[in-house]
Amino acid sequence: MASENPSASEYIKHHLQNLTFGQHPDGSWGIAETSQQASDMGFWAIHLDTMGFSIGLGILFLWLFRIAAKKASTDTPTGLQNFVELMVEFVDNSVKESFHGKSKVIAPLALTIFVWIFLMNLMDLIPVDFVPRIAHDVFGLDYFKIVPTTDINATLGLSLSVFFLIIFYSISIKGIGGFAKELTLQPFNTPIMIPFNFVLEMVGLLAKPVSLALRLFGNLYAGELIFILIAVLPWFAQWALSVPWAIFHILVITLQAFIFMMLTIVYLSMASEEH
Amino acid sequence: MNLNLTLLGQAISFAIFVWFCMKFVWPPVIAALEERSKKIADGLEAANRASRDLELAQEQASQILRESKENAAEIIEQANKRASQMVDEAKEQVIADGKRLREVAQAEIEQDVMRAKEALRAQVSVLAFAGAEKILGATIDEKAHSEIVEQLAKEL
Repeated sequence: MASENPSASEYIKHHLQNLTFGQHPDGSWGIAETSQQASDMGFWAIHLDTMGFSIGLGILFLWLFRIAAKKASTDTPTGLQNFVELMVEFVDNSVKESFHGKSKVIAPLALTIFVWIFLMNLMDLIPVDFVPRIAHDVFGLDYFKIVPTTDINATLGLSLSVFFLIIFYSISIKGIGGFAKELTLQPFNTPIMIPFNFVLEMVGLLAKPVSLALRLFGNLYAGELIFILIAVLPWFAQWALSVPWAIFHILVITLQAFIFMMLTIVYLSMASEEH
Repeated sequence: MNLNLTLLGQAISFAIFVWFCMKFVWPPVIAALEERSKKIADGLEAANRASRDLELAQEQASQILRESKENAAEIIEQANKRASQMVDEAKEQVIADGKRLREVAQAEIEQDVMRAKEALRAQVSVLAFAGAEKILGATIDEKAHSEIVEQLAKEL
């Protein structure tokens, strides 16, 4: 902790700060010790906790699913294989319902999004002081935020990847001309209205990644904040609020992962269909 | 809340995860799922076919049973007919045999009677002559009177 007996606002601020590694304004490289230092580092810094947990969870997901994939057979499935097949079938059905083109990428992409985001969201249910305390006492790290999806960088990283896929699909299926026509000749199909159409369509296009990122970030950030606020209460009163909120949050984390996946599928199917 | 390199790091790791998932996770699982659903469909079809076959076989079996019953009934009837015929034939045979035997016996008896009669006739003339001699006290000319006696004997 930053100080031994932090006030409530210090405690909350402390919990919302990522472990940042980057270049200090004076030119030396290192881990930021205060949030002021972290924001002074600017763009060329990296959140070690976000990266570590997200990559770790991604590897966990791929490792589990790879085990099941290796054992996949037509015999009666058991245990892990059953679960993995359930997930794959669920994602496959969702993709088939919304995406009518043929693509080898969409379905694995949707599966990765769903499971990875779900796992990252799941970190929200670990008590807020648990991992930061270990990080502080064992590794001497001042800041540690374990929910990658409460970091706008993580959600924006995902949604920008999806955005590039949207543009890639639009261009590869409709061609550059088709994509340009779509941006300029809708909704008013007259040459005079081209600038207006373009502005309108660009806003619509750019809103997709921004809304994807902000929806996930906002939900999880708010959830995390409420857990932190509950943790400020006296210890004997915490369970009365944190338990119902955690139970409710199970729904939120699943739903947000699902929404991110479905919207990705829908956006990509919109991008790959002629209007 | 600062935007920084984490953004790119996330995008890169996301791309790698998606690539790995697309390459090593998705295809085997989906292949297994498809193969299993095909297997199940095949199994259901086989079950349908088997039940149809069973129905057919049952029908065939019952038909064969019916035919064999009919055959058996026919055979039994024939056998019965043949048996009664044989009994009748045997009866007729016995009756005919009896009749024949009786006829033979009758003929033999008649022959015996005839023979006895002949013998008696031969004896009659001798007896008649002997009796007559005694009555007359004299010898009768056998030659003269034998004709009359034989005539008499013939009438016996």
